[in-house]
Amino acid sequence: MNKKIFLFDWGSFLLYFLLVVFGLVNIYSSTYNENSSLFNFSIPIGKQFIFLIISIFSAIIILSINSKFFERFSSLIYLISILLLIGLFIFGTNLKGATSWYIFGGIGFQPSEFAKVATALAIAKLLSEIQINIKNIKSLFQLATIITIPTLLIIFQPDPGSAIIFSAFFFVLYREGLNNVYLIIFSMIIILFILSLLIPVNLMIIILLTIFLSLYSISKKLNKKISFTPYFISLVTSCLYVISVGYIFNNVFKQRHRDRFNIILGKEFDDKGIGYNLNQSIIAIGSGSWTGKGFLQGTQTKGDFVPRQHTDYIFSTIGEEWGFLGCTIVIFIYVLLIYRILSRSEKLKNKFSRIFSYSFASILTLHFIINIGMSLGLIPTIGIPLPFISYGGSNLLGFTCMMFIYLNLDANRLD
Amino acid sequence: MRIYFLKILLISTSIIFILRLFYIQIINKSYETLSQNNAVIEISDYPERGLIYDRNSKLIVANKASYDLMVIPENINYFDTTLLCKLTKTKKKELIINLNKAKKFSKRLPSIAINQITKENYASLQEHLWKFEGFFIQKKSVRDYKISSGANVLGYMSEVNNSDLRKDRYYKLGELIGRQGIEKSYENELRGGKGKKILQKDRFNRIIGSYQEGRFDIKKKNSKNITLTIDSDLQSYGEKIMKNKRGGIVAIEPQTGEILALISSPSYNPNLLIGKKRSVNYKILANDSLSKPLFDRGLQAQYPPGSPFKTLNALIGLQENVINTKTVFLCNKGYSYSKGAFMECHCKKGTRNNLLKGIYNSCNSFFAKTYTRIIKKYNTPSESLDNWRKHLESFGLGNYLGYDLPIGKTGFIPDSKYYNRWYKENGWSAPTIISNAIGQGEILTTPIQLANITAAIANRGFYYTPHFLKSPDSIKKNKFFKKNITSIDSLNFEIIIEGMHQVIEKGTAKIAKIKNIEVCGKTGTAENFTKVNNVKTQLTDHSIFIAFAPKVNPKIAIAVFIENGYWGSRWAAPIASLVIEKYINSKIERKWLEKKIMNGSLQNEYKKPYSGEKFNINE
Repeated sequence: MNKKIFLFDWGSFLLYFLLVVFGLVNIYSSTYNENSSLFNFSIPIGKQFIFLIISIFSAIIILSINSKFFERFSSLIYLISILLLIGLFIFGTNLKGATSWYIFGGIGFQPSEFAKVATALAIAKLLSEIQINIKNIKSLFQLATIITIPTLLIIFQPDPGSAIIFSAFFFVLYREGLNNVYLIIFSMIIILFILSLLIPVNLMIIILLTIFLSLYSISKKLNKKISFTPYFISLVTSCLYVISVGYIFNNVFKQRHRDRFNIILGKEFDDKGIGYNLNQSIIAIGSGSWTGKGFLQGTQTKGDFVPRQHTDYIFSTIGEEWGFLGCTIVIFIYVLLIYRILSRSEKLKNKFSRIFSYSFASILTLHFIINIGMSLGLIPTIGIPLPFISYGGSNLLGFTCMMFIYLNLDANRLD
Repeated sequence: MRIYFLKILLISTSIIFILRLFYIQIINKSYETLSQNNAVIEISDYPERGLIYDRNSKLIVANKASYDLMVIPENINYFDTTLLCKLTKTKKKELIINLNKAKKFSKRLPSIAINQITKENYASLQEHLWKFEGFFIQKKSVRDYKISSGANVLGYMSEVNNSDLRKDRYYKLGELIGRQGIEKSYENELRGGKGKKILQKDRFNRIIGSYQEGRFDIKKKNSKNITLTIDSDLQSYGEKIMKNKRGGIVAIEPQTGEILALISSPSYNPNLLIGKKRSVNYKILANDSLSKPLFDRGLQAQYPPGSPFKTLNALIGLQENVINTKTVFLCNKGYSYSKGAFMECHCKKGTRNNLLKGIYNSCNSFFAKTYTRIIKKYNTPSESLDNWRKHLESFGLGNYLGYDLPIGKTGFIPDSKYYNRWYKENGWSAPTIISNAIGQGEILTTPIQLANITAAIANRGFYYTPHFLKSPDSIKKNKFFKKNITSIDSLNFEIIIEGMHQVIEKGTAKIAKIKNIEVCGKTGTAENFTKVNNVKTQLTDHSIFIAFAPKVNPKIAIAVFIENGYWGSRWAAPIASLVIEKYINSKIERKWLEKKIMNGSLQNEYKKPYSGEKFNINE
């Protein structure tokens, strides 16, 4: 074992530890019944506990590996993760409409979580190579390919929630100097994609038309010389994109795919069209007041009013049982952790280490923003878990791996 | 700047999150009161189902109150099942099945535990309702049929099944849908559109008001009342005189195509198929495979039309100029239409019949010869046959008529393809298919099609698509306003109508004569077969009659089919004449005839094939 390993970022480790333990507490509470026990492996809390133990073992292994290993083997790891994603279409098990799991003896493994780690490694490796320049189209194409392959494979499982997370790598590319234009185009693609699933196509086109026309007339007032053509082309492209998304969704995808998208977009428990799920989540959080109702005391939680509360809506349990204080502390811990990783990564001399750490922080940030934003009703429902806290073994394992790779790389910062 | 982008994003969203949390957890107190096991409950707001009137504005279908006991499975506490069953007169097994179904459907949403509780049981149940946590009563209305006839026209309603639920997302488990008859045809108009109210409940499951000030509520859309073309008195009368006989009567008002009565015998009381007893009664009716009360003989039964069909062949003969009003054919107790093949006729040897006489004496030879000329007119029999078929199609034969009830049959008119398949191309000619001349052979028609051609004859060459809806016009299909003109010139009808009039005056149906009304008609007798122990066995002939009256400005056209009633004027003609008399004079003078027909029974005839013994037919 590397001696320098004990120089590692104990502060981040402590924050990580707090989140994981708090996660277990809240999973226990939101799935509580008379059989609940850490050692009952047929229920969520028991399964999560097993994965915690697996995660600890993985963490020890990762820490004991030479930090050069990750850089050297990143391509191989990436390849394996892609093969695992492809293998799903043959050997995968369909759960709730998505073929996202390999199941061994009742315990599921979700390769898309592993793919996040692998893609982060691959991006770091590629960007740290000398001949790569992000301003160069060819390099950009290579980077885009690395991100797109796993994203597409995950979209077709279909697991659109996990796929969205891959857009976190754009924070990394932006940090490394990506042209602003790409950032704008990419955000548009994501936003239009989600909106066109939520809003009927006709309405979408009307909205787009209004936006583009008003944008054009405003800029025309500011600058008389401005040409209509680029506006027109962007408008037509956006409309075609929206229409084709709608077409693919309605005609190419099978009903089970559509169901899956609807689950992710929260339409599943919302057959009344009144935002039942979200409403219940907000009521649960809102009823927490200053200090919450206390551990196992949440009536909303116990009454099982919030669907999927131990996974994507775990924040509503925190809100109800631990109140404003608990929520603020959790948010604070996340901010501290991510901020710390970001700051420390800037100081890393090794470009690979720096970019990987930055990728990790970006993924964490996106999960954090989407999940809590959704639970609070600030953004549309997108079903992805809250890192370290939500129920989900692969998710815990994946984030633990990233965490400890970061800790390993950080410990060897002087190399 | 780029280095700080993510940090800025992170901190600014965190601040927004904390502000949002502060707002919903600290400032806005409403969430706290909303909590405590709150839930929303969606309640459907049903408009009253549309009423149905008959053509004389008599109310024939109304609604009456019925009560459903609803349950929200997760709120059930231990309760006395025996008491609940006793109060609602329900079997324990049924209750348990329904509760399990409800649980499976949703623990949180209301489902029907016991449906259609009567008013009396409702009163006693309400006193005890507090003992049953998780249950509540929802008022609903069910049909109330004011007449005991017309079940085949009105149809019935039943609970939606899984395939309905898949097909139309409007319906929810436990709701009723028009399943047959008018109830089905005009389901959308009669049901209106249900609204919904979304209510907020507190932790004691009490409704505390509407959810978000009724923002998501939907207003109900009122249903439409409809008026049928049916004369309910005539319908009831028809069913009464058809007692103990099997068959169908269809009466149409020729000028409009409005169906005055559609009688299928045996029938049943429409009130049998409402409420809790529906499923039991339905099973009994559906399982009666001998008399088939659910089978609408007016619309679904396909019989060979027999002699009434001769009128059509005469019309086609005139139109095609192969005969005229003066054409005379010799009948030698029949007609030897090819070597060794002879079609019998009841005319005396050496009778010379012109068209008029041919019709009122129903001379087989006359029409066999006419038909032979029709089939020989063009170059090939195929061409002539298809031309003949085109004329018949213009009378609505060989296809669905397009009336507004959901069931029916096309009947059958053969074309050249059909015979080419059977006899090879050019392997057949007029003698091969000579039975078509007298409405036997391959031809099949339904009683409503026969009534419709009678109406077309009465109108001298046109008909309106028969229909059951009189008003409102707004929901009436356009085709019911459209005149369908037949391919026969109206001049050609006069001689046929005169012939049909003579049928009553001095021909085969003198019994159908009514004082002061000029009736025109045509009798028919159709051979028919069934299988007894897998052996093709001939049964007593069907008795057939078509008629319209009066001769000038006809008010009613009618077709009557009596299964195994033997010859036309034995049963069908007197029944038709009674219905005509009833409709035009609204009272019957020939009491003796009415009594004889009403008391007459063919039940012994119907038992024959099932007796297991040898039996005689046509006796």
